[in-house]
Amino acid sequence: MELDPLILSRIQFAFTMTFHIIFPSFTIGLAAWLATLEGLSLATSRPIYRELFDFWLRIFVIAFVMGVVSGIVMAFQFGTNWSALSARTGPIQGPLLAYESFTAFLLEATFFGVMVFGRQRVSRGVYFFSCLMVAIGTTVSSFWILANNTWMQVPVGYAMQGNQFVPTDWGAIFSSEVLWVRFPHMILAAYLTTAFCVAATGAWYTLRHRHAEGARVMLRMGLGLAAVLIPLQLVIGHLNGEYVEAHQPSKFTAIEGRWQTEQPARLLLLAWPDEAAERNAFEIGVPVMGSFFDSLTFDSREPGIVTVPVNERPPFLVPFYGFRIMVGMGLVMLFVSWSGVWLTRRARMDKGRAPPRWFLWATAISFPSGFIAIVAGWFTAEIGRQPWVVFGALRTADAVTPSLTTSAALTSLLVYVTLYSLIFPAGTYYIWRALRAGPGAEKTTSNQGDRGLIVEPARV
Amino acid sequence: MPLDLMQTLEAFNLVHFWALVLAFAILIYGLLDGFDLGVGILFGFNADPVQRDQMMQTIEPVWDGNETWLVVVGTVLFAAFPAAYAIFLSAFYLPVVILLGALILRGVSMEFRGRSGRLRGLWSGCFSGGSLVATFVQGTAIGALVEGIDISNGEYAGGAWDWLSPFALLGGFGLVAGYALLGAGWLVLKTRGGVREWSYRWLPRLMVLTVACVLASFIWTLMGSMNISHRWADSPVWVMVPLVLVVLGAGGIALSVRQRRDRLAYPMAALIFIAAFCAFIFSFWPWILPGDLRFDQAAAPPASLQFLFYGAGLVVLPVVLIYTVGVYWIFRGKSRPIDP
Repeated sequence: MELDPLILSRIQFAFTMTFHIIFPSFTIGLAAWLATLEGLSLATSRPIYRELFDFWLRIFVIAFVMGVVSGIVMAFQFGTNWSALSARTGPIQGPLLAYESFTAFLLEATFFGVMVFGRQRVSRGVYFFSCLMVAIGTTVSSFWILANNTWMQVPVGYAMQGNQFVPTDWGAIFSSEVLWVRFPHMILAAYLTTAFCVAATGAWYTLRHRHAEGARVMLRMGLGLAAVLIPLQLVIGHLNGEYVEAHQPSKFTAIEGRWQTEQPARLLLLAWPDEAAERNAFEIGVPVMGSFFDSLTFDSREPGIVTVPVNERPPFLVPFYGFRIMVGMGLVMLFVSWSGVWLTRRARMDKGRAPPRWFLWATAISFPSGFIAIVAGWFTAEIGRQPWVVFGALRTADAVTPSLTTSAALTSLLVYVTLYSLIFPAGTYYIWRALRAGPGAEKTTSNQGDRGLIVEPARV
Repeated sequence: MPLDLMQTLEAFNLVHFWALVLAFAILIYGLLDGFDLGVGILFGFNADPVQRDQMMQTIEPVWDGNETWLVVVGTVLFAAFPAAYAIFLSAFYLPVVILLGALILRGVSMEFRGRSGRLRGLWSGCFSGGSLVATFVQGTAIGALVEGIDISNGEYAGGAWDWLSPFALLGGFGLVAGYALLGAGWLVLKTRGGVREWSYRWLPRLMVLTVACVLASFIWTLMGSMNISHRWADSPVWVMVPLVLVVLGAGGIALSVRQRRDRLAYPMAALIFIAAFCAFIFSFWPWILPGDLRFDQAAAPPASLQFLFYGAGLVVLPVVLIYTVGVYWIFRGKSRPIDP
């Protein structure tokens, strides 16, 4: 593979996006979890909720800041590396991203200050309000991102003026049924990610016999939420599959891994492609189940990759395996959360005994399941869209900045790789350390203890 | 026919509206993130660990909101003037990468610094170094923009290093001095004791340095062959307004230092900043990329501008301003030393 500005820009986008998405997918759920804890604390006055709030706030702060700084990169990368894209689709993508900064970024960033430093300066009501604003901001932010990305996946409501995409119907862009299955899919994914991190932390403390009360709350709330959300997510995930089938046959057939049209179609579990021969060199499949999942019948005819023109086919491996990893993680979450709800209930009825250790271990090590599912899902969606950047309308190769040189693109990629490999381990380490310290480990060093900024009234 | 006329008129006014919002967002960004970047620059010059913590404390609750205005600037440019966004960011590819890298390091190191033991020095260095580099690069980009960038067929046609010129370097130094001045003004407003005295010592030097850089770049543009020089020569009255404001601001800072008036320094530093910014606008209007692209040429189609206007412009922007002021009000007054 020869390094040119196009491939370097694609690597850079994939790298910075993967790094970035880890944090919002954690903080969207965490912001909601913190607002819930603060609300419960207000409603019940039980000290445990406040203790858990203070604990998770310390983790939230790190993840949030990492998300903010890596997000700024994304906002400018459209112009630096994809200037042809931004000049041509700016009339549509620009307003969507501008709405994100106006309605979400400013909201969450401004009230974040109150949430972290304002406890002593405002009433409890205003403080709770600030928590809600941060939670709403992170959610609204993901709505605009999904609206923008959905338009790139299934462009609607536009007309071409010269070579520019001009909006003709914003209503169509926002009422797109594709957006309304993808946005819930992302939000649920974020909530599930956080639910598993919270439950895993509870399981870990229980295994270590630490913070018993907090661990019980975390285990119960995390697993309970996940148990409710995961079936919903599986249904919405299936609806996502339907939109891909209807609108993006190239991505759909690649995900299925099916080269030739089949009736009834098999469901492939493993495959290795032989692209020249337009078949799989190796594959393991289940008869008839492909038809069942694609059309809910046992004899439907399902198209193969060969129905897509050769120069419009995405790469095979990433969509195929990305999808299977995502679904696999979903099944892990289903198993852990449902068995967890049953086991914790039974354990509680048995005079407050802890759930079995094998289950606690399973929960503890499933903490990254949400992250893995989200990254795999995004890779499936984005690489499955190739070779288009705006599906069916603009090729990725035509979107890159014309003046970009290989050396400049390589320099920027190296800068980001170097920086992220410095701050990612550091951030992870500080999060891990906060987790290890656990709830109630307040009042540490200098200004980081109780972070309410002590400020005197102004002298007049 | 009258309907067409109305539409044209509306489109024209929307272009002006979004040009104004863009200018406003840049100004707000400069005035707000300017002071916290400035505090970061000054942080590097203060060796006292307690004072450093106090300096950091004054910006911790607000820096994130401040920095977000940069994203607002970027997305408004993208949304309302996509052609300019595409050219500007491709022309300033390397500076933008350096700027973002510096902002990343600086942002996380503020958070990491307080949590680390042995690495505290490293994160402190990243914080002040990142602040300095981010500021310097912003200044050079402004300088390079004044000099004009190389465009053909609506695309950037220059090289990756075109932005680095003597005039651009002057812009970089000028902005470092200017942000540090805002930072020192912020510190005397928010602190007491040692930090306040220390900041008062820095104020006059930074003021002289800032004014010198503003004047030098002004004279440079007048004497040089840059395509904006004739504007100033044509209308000397307009030259006087920013100059008077700069002198007023400088006098105000001198007064603040002499009489130790804590609440005067920051507004006066802001006045100098606003004056320089107005001079900048006057030099350029109606060009978004000087000499190459006008605001109306770069503007997104009316359907985009309208969609932005009725939601973001008319409703969201005022709400943002209200809660931003609200949060600054929550954190009003002086921060108290951590270990009195």
